[in-house]
Amino acid sequence: MKSSQMREIGIGMVVPAVVIAIWQAVAMLGWVNPQVLPSPVAVVQKWIAYLLPLQPHVPGGEMSWLAWAFSGELIVDSLTSMYRVVLGFVIGAGLALPLGLSMGASARVYAWFNPLVQLLRPIPPIAYIPLAILWFGLGNPPAVFLIALGAFFPVLMNTIAGVRQVDSIYLRAARNLGASQRTMFLRVILPAAVPYILSGVRIGIGTAFIVVIVSEMIAVNNGLGFRILEAREYFWSDKIMAGMITIGMLGLAIDVGMNRLNNHLLRWHRGLEH
Amino acid sequence: MSASNILISGVGKVFQTEGKELVALHDINLEIPAGQFTCLLGPSGCGKSTLLNAVAGFSPPTSGVITANGVAVNGPGPDRGMVFQEYALFPWMTVEQNVAFGLEIKGMDKAAIGRTVSDLLKMLSLWDFRQRFPKDLSGGMRQRVAIARVLALDSPIMLMDEPFGALDALTRRNLQDELLRIWAELKKTIIFVTHSIEEAIYLADRIVVMTYRPGTVKRDLMVELPRLRDAAAPEFNALKRELGQLVMEEQQRHHNDELRMAAVD
Repeated sequence: MKSSQMREIGIGMVVPAVVIAIWQAVAMLGWVNPQVLPSPVAVVQKWIAYLLPLQPHVPGGEMSWLAWAFSGELIVDSLTSMYRVVLGFVIGAGLALPLGLSMGASARVYAWFNPLVQLLRPIPPIAYIPLAILWFGLGNPPAVFLIALGAFFPVLMNTIAGVRQVDSIYLRAARNLGASQRTMFLRVILPAAVPYILSGVRIGIGTAFIVVIVSEMIAVNNGLGFRILEAREYFWSDKIMAGMITIGMLGLAIDVGMNRLNNHLLRWHRGLEH
Repeated sequence: MSASNILISGVGKVFQTEGKELVALHDINLEIPAGQFTCLLGPSGCGKSTLLNAVAGFSPPTSGVITANGVAVNGPGPDRGMVFQEYALFPWMTVEQNVAFGLEIKGMDKAAIGRTVSDLLKMLSLWDFRQRFPKDLSGGMRQRVAIARVLALDSPIMLMDEPFGALDALTRRNLQDELLRIWAELKKTIIFVTHSIEEAIYLADRIVVMTYRPGTVKRDLMVELPRLRDAAAPEFNALKRELGQLVMEEQQRHHNDELRMAAVD
């Protein structure tokens, strides 16, 4: 088991290693302008420099060692971006979930809200950028607004679908056991909808992550999105790539985290048996 | 353990589909005394499940009255526990939680729920599986949980809609014996829907054979053979032959009807 896993990982490394080796060779042979395509080694060096604190640590200074260790530009940018993702997502999903549950459960609420939802849903969150800046100015508020918007619709649509698709056999069984409307909703409809809601959450967080980068490029002056756009102005392609790698790693971390959460919350679910 | 009777009088059921009327049940009259094990037998389309659903309160009859425990049925309730063919266990609850759910709804206190649930789990050989989710159980085990869930309600009436239809023959026999043991011990009034003649003879005190569309009572007979019944005994087989003929007549009508409908299309 162990050795086969090692082998699989080994096989997985082959293609990236070859790509990086070719890239490094191309850079070393001087076939391309390093301002256009820096060598992988240069990118990694930049990434490390970007990660480390800008100032040397002053023992006994006003900054504690821990605060110093996290004062690197990359870490501050990542934390700022993630803060926006989390805040925007919590607001967006926090509004979408109750609305989705009531739209799914009540035909009347659905009839009230569905036309508006259908009208607004196809507008990409990015199209709200001008309005967001007009309404909220620059800084965190427009970014958080856009992220919340990006998370809102996937969670909403999936929650509605989740509530509506609940197999009627569960409803019949619960009614037979004497369940009240409230119990029915909390103990049957809601858990039965969880797989759908979670896949909405997953799409919502993915959208939030895309939107945060875009809105940082336009509406704020910090965060990873801002940083890579700023680097372009100085022709720092190595820094652009270092930022992109960081964005990729954060995206992967979110995905792995979501997967873990999914597997835990849906351990009862038939589709997930690993 | 109390038991209770079921009274079905003048029950009819008409479905409206695409402007057409479908008479599923017509003038059914049955009096089922407390503690009786009754099988509703017939081919598909004879309305046996429709009748059971009416007794359960899921789908009220369009004419006639059903009373259970002396009260007119108007909606589902825990006094008439139902075991479904599809098990209908809540997949997000463990075995234990599934069985406890009805008791929590009743508002029983935690300690009492724990005792009742563990007694039932032991009675149905589910104790070792109590922490599992339904997806990790075999069909037979799932149906045991569904039976335990209904028994937990301590309802005098148990309604069973082809509960063993999806099980293999050995598991099926095993659960039939278990059901007979539980029934003898707890004195439930059971209405059991099946299309298996052998299953009906093996289990029932009384067999009600139903006709194909509209569903009416074709034959209502008592099975006098002593339990546990031997499916190879001559009396068993004589009864099987007799019932087989009745059911096959209705099956033939069902078949002809299908051919006719196909010709219309």
